[in-house]
Amino acid sequence: MNPLSLCLTFSSLLFAVGLAGALARNNSILVLLGLELMLNAANLNFIAFWRFGPASAPATGVIFAIFSIAVTAAETAVGLALVIALYRHQRGIRLSEATRLKG
Amino acid sequence: MNAILILIALVTLGTAVAAMAGRDLLRSVLLLAGSWTGVAAFFLWAGAEFAAFAQVLVYVGAISMVVLFAVLLTRRAREEPARSPASRARACSGVLAGGAVAAVLLAAVARAPLAAAPGPAPAVTVSQLGGELMGPQAAALLVAGVLLTVALVGAVVLAAGDRPAKTEDAP
Repeated sequence: MNPLSLCLTFSSLLFAVGLAGALARNNSILVLLGLELMLNAANLNFIAFWRFGPASAPATGVIFAIFSIAVTAAETAVGLALVIALYRHQRGIRLSEATRLKG
Repeated sequence: MNAILILIALVTLGTAVAAMAGRDLLRSVLLLAGSWTGVAAFFLWAGAEFAAFAQVLVYVGAISMVVLFAVLLTRRAREEPARSPASRARACSGVLAGGAVAAVLLAAVARAPLAAAPGPAPAVTVSQLGGELMGPQAAALLVAGVLLTVALVGAVVLAAGDRPAKTEDAP
């Protein structure tokens, strides 16, 4: 099998696992971790196309992946701060209980 | 070459599925650290060493630790209640949606006219990456730095307690 399509299959499955986890779980930390898995699948695609795709500038894919990792780190910090704020408001982190916008 | 990729994919996907399906939050976070290490192994396999090191430093090192802290800070004494019908329905629909997305993506990958033989591996050194980041991508690097600063300050503001406001209450 073509290595590029193998890589794409891998990242598609990883994305689907992350999506299923983010939609299926009631725990806000696990939902955040599902988002992380989806972003990781996107990074995987950057590197896969850089390595096996049509020739481009030599550093393009790696630069893309590095910026994506930096943005993900910022997103995680804000997400976890939101989880802690949610916990402070309602003494729990279950999403089904977070039904009010105003604390 | 493909056998190593399939092995990496199996380990990564297996730990990810176990983490998403598990009931114990701490175990899920540790399993996800394994999954992120698998992604780093993929980066190494594809020849992107710097991205692999960044992945290990940021995900396995920093993000998993921060998530562990959040888990421990928000942990409660009482156990999770038993599975209710609502949560089961939510789980079923989530898995269905994930499966549908996987089917669409896999069909697209199977039909895509990809190049049969991969070209030569693009070689990139760390000094080349540094030159790229300081030269053509300098503006993006600055924006990323500002984004990280703003996000971390925002996280502190969100997570910090509002105890003084409690005594005065709303105006």
